[in-house]
Amino acid sequence: MQGGVDDLAARLPNGALIGVPADYSGVPMALTLALLRRKVRDLRLFCLPTGSLQVDVLIGAGAVVQIETSAVSLGEFGLAPCFSRAVEAGTIKVKDSTCPAMHAQLTATERGIPFMPMRGLLGSDLLAHRADWRVVDNPLQPGDPIVLVPATRLDVAIFHAPLADQEGNVWIGRRRELATLAHAAERSLVTVERVVGGSFFEREETAAGALSSLYVEAIATVPQGAWPLGLGDRYPVDGAAMRAYAKAARTAAGFRTWLDGTLAGVPA
Amino acid sequence: MTTGSSDAWLITLLARLIGSARHVAVGAASPLPAAAALMAKVRHGTRVTLLHSRRYNPFTDGSRELFDLAGQGRIDVFFLGGVQIDGQANVNLVGTGTYPRLDKRFPGCFGAAYLAYVVPRVILFREEHSPRTLVERVDFISAPGTSPPGVFRPGGPSHLLTSLALFAFDRAIGRFRLEARQPDTPIETIQRATGFAFDQVPSVPPWPGPTTDDLALLRGPVATALAESYPEFARRLAAHLA
Repeated sequence: MQGGVDDLAARLPNGALIGVPADYSGVPMALTLALLRRKVRDLRLFCLPTGSLQVDVLIGAGAVVQIETSAVSLGEFGLAPCFSRAVEAGTIKVKDSTCPAMHAQLTATERGIPFMPMRGLLGSDLLAHRADWRVVDNPLQPGDPIVLVPATRLDVAIFHAPLADQEGNVWIGRRRELATLAHAAERSLVTVERVVGGSFFEREETAAGALSSLYVEAIATVPQGAWPLGLGDRYPVDGAAMRAYAKAARTAAGFRTWLDGTLAGVPA
Repeated sequence: MTTGSSDAWLITLLARLIGSARHVAVGAASPLPAAAALMAKVRHGTRVTLLHSRRYNPFTDGSRELFDLAGQGRIDVFFLGGVQIDGQANVNLVGTGTYPRLDKRFPGCFGAAYLAYVVPRVILFREEHSPRTLVERVDFISAPGTSPPGVFRPGGPSHLLTSLALFAFDRAIGRFRLEARQPDTPIETIQRATGFAFDQVPSVPPWPGPTTDDLALLRGPVATALAESYPEFARRLAAHLA
């Protein structure tokens, strides 16, 4: 179904375990700001596989109680200041991970199996701090310790994509990790740059990059919906806006001023 | 920064470490390793995957494809940085202080806790060479330098390059060996700036600078290819070498 971005935000309950994409995948920044306008709280974030500006803003606004991630950063614009501050103050719980484990936990859910085995990790402090990961002996070839990571079922996946069609299918192109997010979530809330006629499944060229509407609960059209982050070949990251954020968010007060100004400037 | 550790010198050194590898992958926010990889591509036909590029990122199965193919041994060289690196080549990307309530939090492990095990040659690259970054023991092990027998570990760290020194890592004994130094830097300075003990080759040589051919590649095809992912850096590099 189609609605506005605030309709989409109203569908995401407080306390939800939500899946969010990396900065290169299509980050739903406009939806994130709509969530903050409705004063969302107690979110638990699951990053596929890393967190971006979106995560830093949600943490800075006090909307997050827990995050599972392999990293949070502003990429070439530096550290994620609100994330670092919250960890140093002990105000959020972090389940530190590594990129392929973030993928594997959702892959297990996609396939309807309870866990995935994973190489690496043995002897790391990540493993030492993850009570939900297990080391077992390879049952098919004993004498080969291997880590099992559990299937994670997300309550909601949220992301931004270039296109939707009239039937509610979403075109994600090569960004297949968005399909993984959607497959592993009870439901997905998606913003798109625009909606086109027909169905992506009429042509092989568009079918290959499509995500079926069966995973998608609701769509809102939001041009520039990833701004100030970029979106594939549609638009690049807004460097000036990112630098302004990185500078403002160095202090909690600076972040608050940035957030108030940004929320006031966003048409509801 | 002195001439002997300028970007062009470090890129050329990294390119020599890559050698004629079949496939090198480079993560985000790594302009020097990316330039070195593209130099290897021009010179040896090395396959180059830049994760944050569109043109040089060939994955169509989502970002998990990198880890899937690395697990099969299809990536020969990867680069890792580190908030801290210690004398056993343990790498810390998470932060300083006592986990989880760290004094200073950094982004996190990214793919290191996996790629450091399965990629045959992991090149550690950290420009800052100080007792703060090169420590006796890291505060958090994102990826260990070595693993005990019985752990599946086809890969691991092979070298550490800083703005002052090039070390090789001996996985059998778990120690670094100083192989070359920045030409203006005496060994005593390197020892003072390094928080861990290391071995060294006899009469540690100054490292070589870029050749005329290296500089031509950097100014030309490398800067051009780099511009898609790192436009600012590519422009500065080409202007500096013009």
